[in-house]
Amino acid sequence: MADTLLDIRNLKIEATTYPPGEPPQDITIVEGINLTLERGKVMGLIGESGAGKSTIGLSPAGYGRGGVRLTGGEVLINGRDVLKEGPAGLRNLRGKAVCYVAQSAAAAFNPAQKLMEQVIETTLLHKLAKRPEAEARAVELFRQLGLPDPEHFGDRYPHQVSGGQLQRAMTAMALCPQPDLIIFDEPTTALDVTTQIDVLAAIKHAIKTTGVGALYITHDLAVVAQVADDIMVLRHGKMVELGSAQQIIAEPKEAYTQALVSVRSIEHSAKAPTETPLLSVDNISAAYSNNAQNVLNSINLALSPGQTLAVVGESGSGKSTLARVITGLLPPNQGQILFDGQPLPAALKARDKETLRELQMIYQMADVAMNPRHTVGTIIGRPLTFYFGLSGKVRHQRVLELLEETELDASYIDRYPAELSGGQKQRVCIARALAANPKLIICDEVTSALDPLVADGILKLLLRLQARENVAYLFITHDLATVKAIADSIAVMHQGNVVRYGTRSEVLSPPFDDYTQTLLASVPQMKIGWLEEAIQTRSTT
Amino acid sequence: MSKFSTLLKQLPVTAFVGLLLTTTFIIMAVFAPWLAPYSMSESVGEMWLGPSADFWLGTDNLGRDLLSRLIYGARTTMTIAALATALAFSLGSILGILAAVYGGWVDQLISRGVDILMSIPTLIFALVILSVMPSTILMLILIMGVLDSTRVFRISRAVAVDINVMDFVEAARLRGEGKRWIIFREILPNALTPLVAELGLRFIFAVLFLSSLSFLGLGVQPPEADWGSMVRENRQGIVFGVPAALIPAGAIALLAISVNLVADWILRRTTDLKGGRSG
Amino acid sequence: MNLFVVRLIAQRIALGLLLLLAVSVLIFVGTQLLPGDVAQSILGQSATPEAVDNLRRELGLDQPAWVRYFDWLGGMLQGDLGTALSNRQDIGQSLWGRVGNTLFLAFWTALVAVPLAILLGLVAVRYQSRWPDKVISGSTLTAISLPEFFIGYLMIYVFAVQFGWFPSVSTVHSSMSLGERLHAIALPAATLTLVILAHMMRMTRAAILNVMQSPYIETAELKGLRSFRIIARHAFPNAIAPVVNVVMLNLAFLIVGVVVVEVIFVYPGMGQYLIDHVSKRDVPVVQAVGLIFAAVYIGLNMLADIIAILCNPRLRHPK
Repeated sequence: MADTLLDIRNLKIEATTYPPGEPPQDITIVEGINLTLERGKVMGLIGESGAGKSTIGLSPAGYGRGGVRLTGGEVLINGRDVLKEGPAGLRNLRGKAVCYVAQSAAAAFNPAQKLMEQVIETTLLHKLAKRPEAEARAVELFRQLGLPDPEHFGDRYPHQVSGGQLQRAMTAMALCPQPDLIIFDEPTTALDVTTQIDVLAAIKHAIKTTGVGALYITHDLAVVAQVADDIMVLRHGKMVELGSAQQIIAEPKEAYTQALVSVRSIEHSAKAPTETPLLSVDNISAAYSNNAQNVLNSINLALSPGQTLAVVGESGSGKSTLARVITGLLPPNQGQILFDGQPLPAALKARDKETLRELQMIYQMADVAMNPRHTVGTIIGRPLTFYFGLSGKVRHQRVLELLEETELDASYIDRYPAELSGGQKQRVCIARALAANPKLIICDEVTSALDPLVADGILKLLLRLQARENVAYLFITHDLATVKAIADSIAVMHQGNVVRYGTRSEVLSPPFDDYTQTLLASVPQMKIGWLEEAIQTRSTT
Repeated sequence: MSKFSTLLKQLPVTAFVGLLLTTTFIIMAVFAPWLAPYSMSESVGEMWLGPSADFWLGTDNLGRDLLSRLIYGARTTMTIAALATALAFSLGSILGILAAVYGGWVDQLISRGVDILMSIPTLIFALVILSVMPSTILMLILIMGVLDSTRVFRISRAVAVDINVMDFVEAARLRGEGKRWIIFREILPNALTPLVAELGLRFIFAVLFLSSLSFLGLGVQPPEADWGSMVRENRQGIVFGVPAALIPAGAIALLAISVNLVADWILRRTTDLKGGRSG
Repeated sequence: MNLFVVRLIAQRIALGLLLLLAVSVLIFVGTQLLPGDVAQSILGQSATPEAVDNLRRELGLDQPAWVRYFDWLGGMLQGDLGTALSNRQDIGQSLWGRVGNTLFLAFWTALVAVPLAILLGLVAVRYQSRWPDKVISGSTLTAISLPEFFIGYLMIYVFAVQFGWFPSVSTVHSSMSLGERLHAIALPAATLTLVILAHMMRMTRAAILNVMQSPYIETAELKGLRSFRIIARHAFPNAIAPVVNVVMLNLAFLIVGVVVVEVIFVYPGMGQYLIDHVSKRDVPVVQAVGLIFAAVYIGLNMLADIIAILCNPRLRHPK
């Protein structure tokens, strides 16, 4: 190793938990991590939530978030052990040799200061340059990162620029003192895909031109494959596999890595639409108040019984508003909805119990979709009592059947939602929807809050249940990979309009309209060099 | 039994002291006639005697036994404060949850009314009313209860609004559940914890408020006596070096501190259990 | 200063005035609840019907309630606070001197209490979860449980009676020098300080802690800044608004605390005056003083909101 920048040896990280009514306990959250990074190279750290990737990523800054302690091993930067530094040594390291880019730049900037002040703060503080020079450097970085009006960008306050721009500004802030190492902590996770691709390209370009080393933390293997030279796969605070980006993507050795790579490769043959649709949305427009601008403009859609219509779009596209209109939470100001051949009353209050039963909903955040004070038995049992009048043994028996159908253990019946994992909670919500024996279930981003492997399990379950119960899904999502996996027909929404609608193969094959083209091209793919290709195709069209 | 003993073991010292003192005060109030060595209104010795074997806490400005008056006073103070708190709570929490669930003009009407009531300091408003109304015990309970219900309203409405927009309540609405189920089965069980912790604080407020009114001569009227009026009766003694007024004043402070310790413990326990999330 | 902020502040001021108007109605209606006849209860049961009638006319009680309300409000707006029933004196004349005394007491209390509370709040944050924080938090729990008269009489008992350092009765009059006045109000000011200090400290601590837990403080820490610079450049500018809000709310609280403390120390202020006339059932005085208290309270709350608007960078620099 000619020029080693970062050398982590046998790192151990601990934290203290305070269980109620028990003495505090020390737990190990990361153990036995070894990692070397050469100057100018990028190492990707990937794993699901709880893998310890952020905790490891912050160790070169000698920083433990929320009472986390770096207790064992060595973290050498340019040969000096960070863990042995005192407060003054750490201050001299942070913001000079090691810089940090946070997931949510919107929260990570001081709202009361102009961007320029914050971007050049460390450069001035560590006396790396005089103010005019530092400002010139910042402007140059703004230009490199593709920010609009780079000369005056720094005069703005954080709330005056968009999320994608803030993320780039934060990258500029990290690059300004010309550090040896930058820690990127999920820098594009909070962004829409079409924004993500630009920010990703800007970050990659900046890394290449400045020659800075980087740790890139993310849960998205396809994203990290675009920027990293090497990738370390983590699980439960331990290393699973370490290799070049090419090797991890193309020939993963460990079973866990293979599972991560092959995620979203669910096969499902699309069905053709039937003569009479179960749900048909005719010319629907809606707004949140009487004189506000429409968030939905003349929407027309149809969904056949037992099939899946995926509504896909980015934030602000109106896809969740559409769900609110169909459920009756937001009466439309124009158009009507036919359900099973009958007009669906616009307002929730006007609908009869039978209609309500036939139309169920599953939410994105399973943990707030269930009353924390009810047991699983009550949560699933209530629709049985409410719609079918079941009680006592019959109801208990039916709840057990539903648990089995959603692949949950019978013992869960007496548990509270807080005692379940994310995937299990979502399964309980599915069981609750199934309990009503519905014809249509609206699925609102049901896998977005879950780790990829858990999400896959939920999608497979939904497909299996559809085959058995012949239930239709209106599947609302921002994730095109999910759409490809399960949809029979697809509607693409953009700024309150359906810009493309048809069967899966129609929507996903050319010729495309501009927006669908951009959207499809922006979804990261699990292959090296995708980012360059995507940017290339975008600039030629 | 084992559950009780583990609970006792986990009990912090402060909470234990708080519980012990609160219980003592409650016993004093309930069994006043059996515990008090003398009657409440009878002069049994010289005025402002110091503590002695006959009169443990000495005598007051009319030669009555201070300890006996303190024990009877506990009854008056705590009964009025408890009833006022109960009124404030039932009124405030019911209106708060209704405002949150119904929204629209119902919410606007109640909320704006409460805004107006709260823009006059509580004590000043009570004084305005008491300048024309008689200071009967019923009137005191009504005034304190209604004025304090504005605070309970604010809290319970805020809590209920937060819960009302949660997905599980929306899920119940989409299922077709009526208002009764939504209020009593979905919202109330989740709103109870923060409200119970507030209960202790409101009781302390009621005790301090009643004592202030009585101290100002506008609360409990003779021959009835609560701790606040005992302070008033004996305040002249302070200048002559007789600390009799400090005894009931200290009792008020001690009661408030002990209830505070218990409330603080309940609040911490419930936030611990829910991983820092209340509501 | 931009137009948007000006409009927001104008709206807030209009709301404050509207509230004040509503409060004046409430106070007026509240004092009309008296069962029976005001004139009769002033003159007593033995008064002749003619005398009662005369007094009724004099008080305007033969007019409908809303006419009397607008008369009263109009008078208040012109600085005419009316005539006291009990001694037939002009309320304004006896009140203004007392308002001055109350403000004098409140001013010196605030001058001591506000910096002290912010300082102690900062200490509690700086040593969070260590002994200074625990001592401060523990003593606030105790201090908010203590009634004003316990603190007040304890102070008199110890510092006036036992040690003889200060007078037990805080008399002030116009011929006293500033030094003499300050000596006279030392004990009531100390009592009031203790009463509001705990609250203000606790809320200051919470407000600053809230800011210290923001992600941008972590950013600053990862920039390698010194604690002092983090607090001065990144925490303080964002904490001004919440802390000012805390201070204003506690000043409003102080105004109310004044009433009891003035009675304890027999201090010739507005609170003492109000209490005297509540017991005498002197409605015009109670109405006037009640409205002044409410106006100060509403004004301070309004000021808190306006400062919060002025401190918010999102409002000062709109997109």
